[in-house]
Amino acid sequence: MSFSVKTEIYEKYTELILEGALDSSTAPLFSEEVKKIIPQNPDTLVLNVEKLDFMSSAGLRVLIFAKQKLGTTATLFLVRPQEQLVETLKMTGLIFSVNIVDNYPE
Amino acid sequence: MTKFDTRIDFYPTNEHQGIKYRRGRVLPFGSTLVPNGVNFSIYSSAATSCTLVLFRKNGATPFAEIPLPDEFRVGNVYAIIVFGLDYENIEYGYRMDGPYDPQNGHRFNKDIILSDPYAKAIGGRDVWRDVTNLDRLYPFRSRLVFDDFDWEEDNPLETPMEDLIIYEIHVRGFTAHQSSGVRHRGTFAAIREKIPYLLDLGINCIELMPIYEFDEYEHSRENPETAELLVNYWGYSTLNFFAPKAGYAATGKYGMAVDELKTLVKELHRNGIEVILDVVFNHTAEGDHRGPTISFKGVDNKTYYMLTPDGYYFNFSGTGNTLNCNHPVVRSMVLDCLRYWASEYHIDGFRFDLASILGRAQDGSPLNNPPLLESLAYDPILAKCKLIAEAWDAGGLYQVGAFPAYGRWAEWNGKYRDTIRKFLKGEKNTVGQLSQCMQGSPEMYICRDTTAGINFITCHDGFTLYDLFAYNSKHNEANGENNQDGNDDNDSWNCGCEGETDDAGVNFLRNKQIKNALAILMLSQGVPMILMGDEMGRTQYGNNNTYCHDNELNWLDWALIEKNSDLFAFARHIINFRRQHPVLRNKEHYRNRDYKNSGYADITFHGTKAWYADWSETNTVFAFMLDGHHAKNGFVQDNTIYVAINMYWDALDFDLPQLSENRKWHVAINTAMAHPDSFYPHNEEPVLNDQHSFIVGARSVVVLVGK
Repeated sequence: MSFSVKTEIYEKYTELILEGALDSSTAPLFSEEVKKIIPQNPDTLVLNVEKLDFMSSAGLRVLIFAKQKLGTTATLFLVRPQEQLVETLKMTGLIFSVNIVDNYPE
Repeated sequence: MTKFDTRIDFYPTNEHQGIKYRRGRVLPFGSTLVPNGVNFSIYSSAATSCTLVLFRKNGATPFAEIPLPDEFRVGNVYAIIVFGLDYENIEYGYRMDGPYDPQNGHRFNKDIILSDPYAKAIGGRDVWRDVTNLDRLYPFRSRLVFDDFDWEEDNPLETPMEDLIIYEIHVRGFTAHQSSGVRHRGTFAAIREKIPYLLDLGINCIELMPIYEFDEYEHSRENPETAELLVNYWGYSTLNFFAPKAGYAATGKYGMAVDELKTLVKELHRNGIEVILDVVFNHTAEGDHRGPTISFKGVDNKTYYMLTPDGYYFNFSGTGNTLNCNHPVVRSMVLDCLRYWASEYHIDGFRFDLASILGRAQDGSPLNNPPLLESLAYDPILAKCKLIAEAWDAGGLYQVGAFPAYGRWAEWNGKYRDTIRKFLKGEKNTVGQLSQCMQGSPEMYICRDTTAGINFITCHDGFTLYDLFAYNSKHNEANGENNQDGNDDNDSWNCGCEGETDDAGVNFLRNKQIKNALAILMLSQGVPMILMGDEMGRTQYGNNNTYCHDNELNWLDWALIEKNSDLFAFARHIINFRRQHPVLRNKEHYRNRDYKNSGYADITFHGTKAWYADWSETNTVFAFMLDGHHAKNGFVQDNTIYVAINMYWDALDFDLPQLSENRKWHVAINTAMAHPDSFYPHNEEPVLNDQHSFIVGARSVVVLVGK
């Protein structure tokens, strides 16, 4: 399955746009992008997942990694996640670590 | 390149079937993520070789089998680091070769792929009752886990034991019924949705029936009468001690059961609720010599199991085998396991099923000073965990009051259960014992305190509280064993009719008896435990051994809250009454004297006459007063509480002890009254017009508050 991730750095936030399928084979790409951003200490990280068809537990682990690396003062937004992803976030409890929005900025 | 690439163990030294590897580290046992690879370590006292077998997740056959070179072995431990694995998508196992010599305890068979005894997750039954993998090669497969869970500020709560109110839950049964209204029924995630309910009820500790991975299809069979499939529903049959049951997780199918359970513990802690696990170290799912070889039997049979001199399996558990708990190596495994749950899952305590087995030597004989129990009592990582023993086994040991406790272990107080049941039936010669039980059993726990005993009247074994007053005998026909299974000594009484009835008088009495039982439990010193659903009158229709039913017989019907709303309101009130009154929750035993100069001893005993308790054989009334100045062994002030229990068939007039300092008696609880007058809300208890006497109805409990 194909997957792409694009990074856009703005003044007040950093956005990652994810498309396609995020599973264990493509998760390393996502992980690499996150590792590039972390040293810049963004206050806000926005993941645009509107066109992300699928995220497996591998992708969720990168999300966990990102949240922990960002630290307690930073905020993580998910823009328009698919219903299944929201469900999985709720079931595992990871929903408490992210903010789900329709648009960013709102 | 990361900073780890300067480590020598970042690089492989060998290759086999395209897999790169090097010598591993012997500790920790099991599978551990290390920089650039996975460390695998397993021990066996008698294996002659060990092969690591690797599968892609759900693959039909292995994609690689790596014989561990003998030079990688240290003593009896085989260790290897393997590189380039896809951690989320591999499953692993072992082939162990060695002697097949059952008479001498060896059952090696290199044709069987074995699960790692230390695996932290098991794949193959990711969804409850899924039948997909039943017949595949190596059905229950070891998997890797990640240790990246964000606990934030969470820590075990360390709630004082005397303040606990324990609620025994079956994970699936708690929310499997449609009436539960939760999103993912029968799962860890669903328990989170019920936290508001637990808080409202007043519960601050849940005890989860076995959550280690088990095979629900083990010993499954059709009910000869109904053709329904009977399964291993309760789960007292462990496949692996370090893995949470994937089928109990809504995210089991995504391989995230570990995260889901940790999130549950974190949420419960955030709401002030402790988590105790029911752990089953007395036997495994491998049965006896006729049972399957899944893990321990093929890895190191002679070490893990108590064997007879001719190589058969001792059966002190009643299930086929007995774990060899006091073998030094198995002791270490048990200790490693509990330390793992305490530190990685922040578990607050453990209840040990058939714990007397843990005090048996390798030949089965009872030990005076069992090393395992001592190790657990003194272990630094477990030091603040609650340790609770079911202090008997199926081989004749009954150690309630005599369990090797090392000042730490608490016990399920079976004598409390039996005494209260007999007293509630109106049996003679029970008042003395009742008095002991309600004081926290000081005669039984003479060198301990009140927290040595877990007081309970019902648990998963036996009748529900409703059924205790609705059935004289067990009705286990649905178990398909001709009603031969289950306990016959239930000390139950059906209040005049066996089973369901429209008789208003019988139903009123049953309702009252349930309230009496709950009241006595919550008014006793010691640590109370209630069975899920008893607060709403759950019934199993007289079946006192529902271990095999995955259906409405076991599933909690939440509509009972409405149907039995007055009982539920009472249960909620009496639990919260205990929470509100520290005088009911002392840690040390009563001294039976006035050490606070209040004019009253900490506890005094009464009968129908104040200051005069009748201990005679035929007496069925009992009253006591707890002086509020002596609450929490004198460290806290509380109201004075007077409890009168009348199990006589007629109402009786009780003379009340007089209060000092212008205080007056207020009625808080009266189980003789119909709802809503069976209790009064906190701080709204009406003052008694007659401060000198009170008529206590037949078979009822009255609680007065002096303030």
